[in-house]
Amino acid sequence: MQNTMFIRQPSVLIFLALLGLFTVLVTVLSEGMGVGIISTSFVKTLGKTLCLALVAVAMDLVWGYAGVLSLGHFAFFGLGGYMIGMWLMYERTRGIVEASLAEALIPPTPQEISDAIGNQIFGVVGSSEFPVIWTFADSLFLQSLLVVLVPGALALVFGWLAFRSRVTGVYLSILTQAMTLALALYLFQNDSGLRGNNGLSGLQNLPGMDHVPQSIMSVWFLWASALALALGYVLAAWIVSGKFGSVIRGIRDNEARVRFLGYSVEGYKLFLFTVTAMIAGIAGALYYPQAGIINPAEIAPIASIYLAVWVAIGGRGRLYGAVIGAMFVSLVSSWFTGGQAPDITLGFYTIKWVDWWLIVLGLSFVLVTLFAPKGMGGLVDLINDRRAPNRHGADLGPDMGSLREKEARK
Amino acid sequence: MSTLLEVSGVSVSFDGFRAINNLSFRIGSNELRAIIGPNGAGKTTFMDIVTGKTRPDEGRVIWGEKSISLLGLSEAAIARAGVGRKFQKPTVFEDQSVRENLLMALRNDRGPFAVLFYRPSVADQEKVEALAGEVGLSDALERKSGELSHGQKQWLEIGMLLAQEPRLLLVDEPAAGMTPAEREHTTDLLVEAAKTRAVVVVEHDMEFVRRLNCRVTVLHEGSVLAEGSLEHVTSNQHVIDVYLGR
Repeated sequence: MQNTMFIRQPSVLIFLALLGLFTVLVTVLSEGMGVGIISTSFVKTLGKTLCLALVAVAMDLVWGYAGVLSLGHFAFFGLGGYMIGMWLMYERTRGIVEASLAEALIPPTPQEISDAIGNQIFGVVGSSEFPVIWTFADSLFLQSLLVVLVPGALALVFGWLAFRSRVTGVYLSILTQAMTLALALYLFQNDSGLRGNNGLSGLQNLPGMDHVPQSIMSVWFLWASALALALGYVLAAWIVSGKFGSVIRGIRDNEARVRFLGYSVEGYKLFLFTVTAMIAGIAGALYYPQAGIINPAEIAPIASIYLAVWVAIGGRGRLYGAVIGAMFVSLVSSWFTGGQAPDITLGFYTIKWVDWWLIVLGLSFVLVTLFAPKGMGGLVDLINDRRAPNRHGADLGPDMGSLREKEARK
Repeated sequence: MSTLLEVSGVSVSFDGFRAINNLSFRIGSNELRAIIGPNGAGKTTFMDIVTGKTRPDEGRVIWGEKSISLLGLSEAAIARAGVGRKFQKPTVFEDQSVRENLLMALRNDRGPFAVLFYRPSVADQEKVEALAGEVGLSDALERKSGELSHGQKQWLEIGMLLAQEPRLLLVDEPAAGMTPAEREHTTDLLVEAAKTRAVVVVEHDMEFVRRLNCRVTVLHEGSVLAEGSLEHVTSNQHVIDVYLGR
């Protein structure tokens, strides 16, 4: 079963090999474990980029293969980050609080510890009580389950409502934008229970791992991200390799026809929407510990649009295209917006890339959509020479079916 | 012959226009039937109603031995119950190979999870190859169906319908845009298919209908104008007035 998948999609093995090579290379060059050419902060950037590649693979599944242009997958990404962030923040605060209370003359009661943690975490939004949603924050296991369950449940309910009403195309995109905006606005409120616009911070410190320097930790997270990307990629490749892939590509190309074949299109879309939301949640849960902080601005509608841009530039409908797009665009993006790109002085005007980058990105999105709909992944076709099928001796197709090859060429 | 599909007293209007007006129609389980009629007679709307694409304002659509009403079912559920439909324009999945198209249509469990874990068995592959042989596409199994000629796409679609193993086949203008030789092949396919199931063919081309050699229903303004053998209906004065005479 697995074999047929790898034979059908040799790109999966090539991708896994390249990803492994990349991970080893970064490890060897890293500050924490290798020769120190790559700084710790850049290792973190690379690790984060791998997480973005993973959510791009999810986006490609739902958009590139099934044709559902969801502009809300970053909401699931952010939710995954929040879920793991709650545990990270709770456990770390508990460690600090317990250490400081241990010096007191009378040993603190559990209630006092709990209150002190609450005070530490929620003092910033003028509260000290734990909201209900923090019930499981002390359990890594449960909170990790929530990383997939919460985005999955939201996607299931939202998708069920949207797909059941046969909302498709641009209307669905708008609905998903509304969903992510609504979620962001809700989280911005102080009484949402997730510290409002402050978000969750200090996530880069793993509880109980204070002795491990960030330079080492960053490599650990890089490994975890690479592993998650590899597993997510193989899962996605497996999903699209067989008849399921046929059906969802059929849905993309002609939804009504698939329905008349007896497939419940809504069920397939819902399945895919939910699974990709879960993948996005996992990607987010690995991303935000590397970023160190998560706040509601992360799930602003624009973030999900960026995701679509990455996949479009990388190449829809092929998984490695999504990875290439996400890695290339987000790395170039952080180079330009990080102030590293030199300004261009024109005499009368200085082009500051921090301001102009978005325009370049938007322009390249339009250009790719118009002139290279296959995206950067399409370059692989040039190598494979897949563009023109070898049809020597076969019919020339509908327009010239009556002509033989020699005649047609004249 | 037992009745497979019974449509009774069905009406539907679009923005006040009555596309189907108190239409009644029944077809037996191994019957070939041609439906003819002028443009706007409601032929395609009739198919839309049976396949669940359009909900009628009134009337009943009863299916099978257990007399299930098709009106409450979704398109997919109706297709799974055994109604296959071929559209006027060939609609195959052009981005996928002929084999993938046929595999997708093959009668199997249609649920997402079953499909996710589905891998084609040897029997399924043989079925696909037999079907491809039947519609003359054996050499084209690995080709992308978008590369096929118009006639070949029509056949592929008929092959996909046969793969579904429907009990009722609704075929909308199968001969449109075909060469005479292709038409003949198509006629054979439909006559052959009707031996084991009910087939309803909507067609404009009288010569094609003549070759099908079956009972004919004439639709006009959304209801049945005449029904019977081709000779019978073509000698009917009403039919000559509204359809043949023009």
